[in-house]
Amino acid sequence: MRNRANTEVNAGSMADIAFLLLIFFLVTTTIETDAGIDRLLPRIDDTSTIVVRQRNILTVNINNSGALLVEEELLPLEELKDVVIAFLDNGGDGSCDYCKGNREETSSDNPNIAIVSLRSDRQTAYADYIAVQNEITAGYNTLRNREAQRLFGSDYTALEQDYLNPQTGPLQKEQLKAQILQIQELFPLNLSEAETASE
Amino acid sequence: MAKFNKKKDGDVPAVSTASLPDIVFMLLFFFMTVTTMKDSSIMVENTLPNATETKKLEKKDRVIYIYVGKPTSQYTSTFGSEPKIQLNDKFADVGDVGDFILQERAAKPQELQNVLTTALKVDRDANMGLISDIKQELRKVNALKVNYTTTDGDAFANLQ
Repeated sequence: MRNRANTEVNAGSMADIAFLLLIFFLVTTTIETDAGIDRLLPRIDDTSTIVVRQRNILTVNINNSGALLVEEELLPLEELKDVVIAFLDNGGDGSCDYCKGNREETSSDNPNIAIVSLRSDRQTAYADYIAVQNEITAGYNTLRNREAQRLFGSDYTALEQDYLNPQTGPLQKEQLKAQILQIQELFPLNLSEAETASE
Repeated sequence: MAKFNKKKDGDVPAVSTASLPDIVFMLLFFFMTVTTMKDSSIMVENTLPNATETKKLEKKDRVIYIYVGKPTSQYTSTFGSEPKIQLNDKFADVGDVGDFILQERAAKPQELQNVLTTALKVDRDANMGLISDIKQELRKVNALKVNYTTTDGDAFANLQ
């Protein structure tokens, strides 16, 4: 009986078993990259042609070597973000009371009807296209952050992150959703990749 | 006296390995939580472009993946070096994308069928012609939510 109290289960092989499991998981799994730029494609049956005034369209063309033509002029990619911000924030007709732009005659009337028209060549590299998409999104996010800071004291991107966080409670989620929609209404993402008719 | 002698000839005690399983299990759990199962092997080159303004794809069960890129070296002899579309484990044409999406959608539970996102994992050297064709196919089957999957990083580095 005295001997029996001292006997222990030999745990030496436990490490081997755990190592085996570890190696199995290392081999069969990958660390996935699962972040990206979200876009909503237009419906296919949406054939209605809206007539938009020329001043409310910012045309961005990417050629096959990745060079940018913005409003018929060459522009380095580094400046695109500022051009997008200036265009959206212009508030030309004075109906936008939160816009802080220069109210120029040649730029957009109101962010609600301002359209960024993006066109790319079939030979454009995907990396260039994403870089341009990224800069346009950055422009929108800067303005949305500004408004979210003014209204809710928090960045728009932070609101979105909190909303997507699975640990956020349902009550808080509802509140965040309302706030996000409110900001999106101030600066809606009007990105057109189709033909846009002008007056 | 014998009592004292006995102590002297004792060997160096063995290092206890009792905590080794615990350490390995800790590693195991770490890898189990940060990684996900591979569901298909990628047969195309897939260096994603960089972007900063990204959003996370949180729920894996609501995502359909489409890979685009040049076939990897072992497939170049049969499939050439032009960028190709990979759906699940097969190379496919642009025309197959619509059917694939409908198939994948039908396989998902009813309540998720309207909230699916299509993640486009496209190699940075692919051209936009192919991508716009894919987008056109997605519009035809009403799969409008798209995520251009990217890696976090400086977008200006894409231009080189």
